[in-house]
Amino acid sequence: MLTETLLSGEFEPPSAADFQFAPIFGDSILFSKPVFLVALSVILIASFFIISARKAAIVPSRLQFAGEGVYSFVRNSIGQDVIGPEFMRFVPFLFTLFTFVLCNNLFGIIPFLQFPSMSRIGFPIALAVFTYVVYHYVGIKHHGLKKYVKDICFMPGVPKWIYVILTPVEFATYFIVRPATLSLRLFANMFAGHLLLLVFTLGGEHLLASTIFLKILSIFSFGFAVGLSFFEFGIECLQAYIFTLLTALYIAGALADEH
Amino acid sequence: MIVHNLVLAAAEEVKSPVIPQVAEIIVGLVAFSLLFLLLRAKAVPKFEQAFRERTDAIQGGIERAEAAQQEAASALASYKAQLADAKGEAQKMREEARVEGAAIIEEMRTKAQDEASRITAAARSSIEAERAQAMNSLMNEVGAIATALASKIVGESLDDQVRQSRVVDRFLVDLEGSK
Repeated sequence: MLTETLLSGEFEPPSAADFQFAPIFGDSILFSKPVFLVALSVILIASFFIISARKAAIVPSRLQFAGEGVYSFVRNSIGQDVIGPEFMRFVPFLFTLFTFVLCNNLFGIIPFLQFPSMSRIGFPIALAVFTYVVYHYVGIKHHGLKKYVKDICFMPGVPKWIYVILTPVEFATYFIVRPATLSLRLFANMFAGHLLLLVFTLGGEHLLASTIFLKILSIFSFGFAVGLSFFEFGIECLQAYIFTLLTALYIAGALADEH
Repeated sequence: MIVHNLVLAAAEEVKSPVIPQVAEIIVGLVAFSLLFLLLRAKAVPKFEQAFRERTDAIQGGIERAEAAQQEAASALASYKAQLADAKGEAQKMREEARVEGAAIIEEMRTKAQDEASRITAAARSSIEAERAQAMNSLMNEVGAIATALASKIVGESLDDQVRQSRVVDRFLVDLEGSK
């Protein structure tokens, strides 16, 4: 029956509808696939790093080495290099951020899961909220509320008349644009990437169900999907890195004495 | 996809993907917080501990090696010093033994000489004593003899030269015979 529909029907390109999942049971969105994926990511990340770190051996096992590799990448390349001497108290946050985003992104190309949970905008927004709260909190604590806001709105060392333009821009940057771009960037990358994969896999499926000639063409479509999966892998890692790196940069900026 | 559409058609209408669902934001906040607390409590301290211990182990190893080297060097120096001491000691002991030996020989010689001279002196004094004793007894005897001779001479005629000499001769023979 399905094949008949496909044969007779027009190809319907994937759309935003493919990012909406009906609840697996019940009628709450809390029982839909993206939520399960997020929960799964928490279990996977926590168990992997807790188990790999548990022995804390001087000579690490292969598992510990893998865990340490990810941890020390975030700790040194993102935390220490960007934030500077006070980096250590932000490492747990940055580490969680990186692994959480990375794992949920990678779900996009893991067989059977095959959905990047970060393409549901609610999750990137939740993460951006954390980043937003953390860097403002750090800035206010470090400078005091008055000086912090003043430094943002009235950048020192600029001619007075420029404040007419600069103050609204700076204010908007710190309080609106940063969290918005942070979450939108991650969401849009994952959304577009998944959509692209859907186009080629669903397209290939459609072609396979058609005439002989189109069946042969479907090979190219599937091939493209496979190639794009590798491409997606790169994007997924990169986006996790960018999200964490920008968070570290915002924290470093809030800690800096000169804006 | 068609399956999806069918399900969705039954469940709800398609929403814009940039409109967040509040439930998902809450799930995201809770999930992230949970993960953060777990990693901060269980993973980060352990990784840091491993890093610290590794650094300590490497640094400690270098320090221990240096200490061992220093200890070996000082031990070598002390052994050398001890060896030199022992050599000096042996030399000294040999010297002492030589000196002591010479002293012993000297002492022995002196003792022997003393003894010899003592024996000689004793012999000499005993000879002297005997001689004195002999002289003494001879004196007594000569007196007695002289008295006897005188009485004999007096008893005979003293003017007769021949007789005189005969008496003396006889006396002398007597004397010899009595001896």
